Amino acid sequence: MIKVSIKNLSASFGDKPALQKLSFDVYEHEILSVIGPANSGKSTLLLCINRMIDRIYGSKVEGKILLEGQNVYAIEDVEELRRRVGIVFAVPIPLPMTIEENILFGPRLKGRLKKSEAGELVETSLKAAFLWDEVKDRLNTSALRLSGGQQQRLCIARTLALKPEVIMFDEPCSGLDPISTAKVEEALKELKKNYTMIFVTNNTKQAARIGDRTAFLLMGELVEIDKTDKIFTVPSKKETEDYVTGRFG
Amino acid sequence: MDKFISRLLFLAACSSTAILALIALFIFKEGVPIMAKTGLGHFIFGREWFPLSGQFGIYAFIIGSLWVTFGALIFGVPLGVSCAIFLAEFAPRKWVGILKPAIELLAGIPSVVYGFLGVMWLAPLIRNHLGGPGLSILAASIVLAIMILPTIVSVSIDAIQAVPKNYKEGSLALGATTWQSTWRVILPAAKSGILAGVILGMGRAVGETMAVIMISGNATTIPHSPLDSVRTLTANIAIEMGYAIGDHREALFATGVVLFFFIMILNTVALRFARRKF
Amino acid sequence: MRISPKITERIAKLFLWSAAIFTIGALIFVIGFVLAGGLTHISWSFLTEPILDMGREGGILPAIVGTIFMVFVAVGIAAPLGVASAIYLAEYTREGKVTQAIRFGINCLAGVPSIIFGLFGFILFVVMLGFGWSILSGGLSLAAMILPTIIRTAEEALRAVPASYRDVAASLGATRWQVVTKSVLPYALPGILTGVILGIGRSIEETAVVIFTAGSAVQMPTSIFDSARTMAVHFYILAREGISNDMAYATAAVLICTILIINVSAYTMMHRLTKGRRS
Repeated sequence: MIKVSIKNLSASFGDKPALQKLSFDVYEHEILSVIGPANSGKSTLLLCINRMIDRIYGSKVEGKILLEGQNVYAIEDVEELRRRVGIVFAVPIPLPMTIEENILFGPRLKGRLKKSEAGELVETSLKAAFLWDEVKDRLNTSALRLSGGQQQRLCIARTLALKPEVIMFDEPCSGLDPISTAKVEEALKELKKNYTMIFVTNNTKQAARIGDRTAFLLMGELVEIDKTDKIFTVPSKKETEDYVTGRFG
Repeated sequence: MDKFISRLLFLAACSSTAILALIALFIFKEGVPIMAKTGLGHFIFGREWFPLSGQFGIYAFIIGSLWVTFGALIFGVPLGVSCAIFLAEFAPRKWVGILKPAIELLAGIPSVVYGFLGVMWLAPLIRNHLGGPGLSILAASIVLAIMILPTIVSVSIDAIQAVPKNYKEGSLALGATTWQSTWRVILPAAKSGILAGVILGMGRAVGETMAVIMISGNATTIPHSPLDSVRTLTANIAIEMGYAIGDHREALFATGVVLFFFIMILNTVALRFARRKF
Repeated sequence: MRISPKITERIAKLFLWSAAIFTIGALIFVIGFVLAGGLTHISWSFLTEPILDMGREGGILPAIVGTIFMVFVAVGIAAPLGVASAIYLAEYTREGKVTQAIRFGINCLAGVPSIIFGLFGFILFVVMLGFGWSILSGGLSLAAMILPTIIRTAEEALRAVPASYRDVAASLGATRWQVVTKSVLPYALPGILTGVILGIGRSIEETAVVIFTAGSAVQMPTSIFDSARTMAVHFYILAREGISNDMAYATAAVLICTILIINVSAYTMMHRLTKGRRS
């Protein structure tokens, strides 16, 4: 089943084009890796899907993005869209509050939570992000004291607390050591059961590890999208082959 | 709802400009008629200020303000710029933590206290050692210099710190001492910013009222030496407003108009300088 | 004859150090002079008795109360207005013609001398709006005067909050206003408060504005429509009219102590700001 459908998506910042006529689908409960060299528009793509790009002055978006058949620009309440489509940024950005408050930040924007509800939500989210065991005794301590890997998993838990349908990751492990990266990837594989995920990365090997399918973006255009093992073994396009074999990057 | 908040905030932001417009409006409304009646030239250059017989010439006060202001600059600029250079380039960490708060405290002391000090201590000192009535341009200049010091220092520090670090590093790498780098490279580059600070300080000196009333002597004649008493534009307004009526009162507002204009010009020029890049 | 750069460096350093020491010395002198003359005359009764015999006797309670009322009015108006303006400038717009006009207004307002505020307050509040010489007129005029200070410090404080906080909040579904209140304001608060405290300090020390708008009644004010004097005004009148040097010194000492306390609180506030940022 198709969860997100991109049709002829183009985006630009001022007079600089970032994306050119992208069209592809994202299936439910899959992890779609998005790879490509720097400036290929991968991050811009994510910003378009949950309309975070609207916050950037001078940005222009054309084309259609459908979330379960509904145009994201037709949704009145952009805040609702962002709750349904969450994003985890490259640099972990814990807010300077306790771990618990970080997780409850999103849900509290909608309204008050009962104490029992809040406690449950915190536990579920942290467990799903594979962070519960490490922090369950210090939920009331500052999130800033966590290690980089823990902070990133906290950000994931924070997004999960809103019970989104789609989660987007923008190079989430770029600042993390291999052990933390492994923990994050472990979490992602578990999350696939319940969520649809789009995973942008500069690390082709990571994309190969995680993604069910992989999309290759080059200079704002979609070059190829296919099952991951096909992309990495017998890609259809020459540019794809050059990129995954490291002839350029 | 969000739109509503946005509009509210916009209205709040306009308040400053609105208040400024109101101030200009009212001051002009009260002051311009008498300026027209007396004739602008006469008003500004007339040397006779005899409100009771309808003579309104503020030249003496303009001269008084100018003397006092320039005196303040003579004392205040070297002191202020030196402190700024010291803080920005030469002071050890600990001293920055002492001098910076000290300067901010100086800014917080009420002008009337400065005036009081001038009357109680400085004026007698001048009178005894240099002659004259003591309550003089000199006394006012010294006190005003201390009062405008914080303004000059803070703007100058910003200007000095805005100079790209690699200018200094480049200079040091060529074998210059810290002072040489400061004098030959950084200061020239920070010139316009420092000038902005000086002009702002000038504006503050011109606008100062209470301290000046207390220590400048308030004589309504044109001064001939720094030891003479003098009355500034601001002092005149403040002193006579209490009992002025009719034309007299309007003339004081008209003085306010002149003051307003002058300071607006100073501030605009200062801002222009502050923005200029080397 | 060329003087060696080392020697010019020494001379320059000497000069600069003297400037610094002179400035600090001036501060110590001013504070010391006032406290020396005035501290001995301060007593509990001084602070709590009414003004008697035009200030020759008694205390300064009415002036203290007058100061407090007036600061309340001034900050009560200027703080919300100023913070709202700062929020608009920092969070709701981009630089353009409109913001330039607004900033022009703020910068010019900041440069207007206090006596003009006095004249303005007199014409508008005392005469035209009929508030008469009152704490209300004084407070309103002071509010106009301290508004630019509050706006400037508040805007700086808001801009100092990392942009990433805003992104995170927005990506979690916050509306623009929620982004401001939940992920920006809490962290800008110490800076904003510092600005407000600075505004309080300026209101306390201002004399020209207050005399023209609030008059100088010696009685205890009972409402904001009463005329009243502030400590600064009381001090000025005592000094200028030569009523009582002792009382003048004492009042000045109280003023200076108040300002010291205010500045110290502003400083500790700033320190808390930087401490909370360290992770």
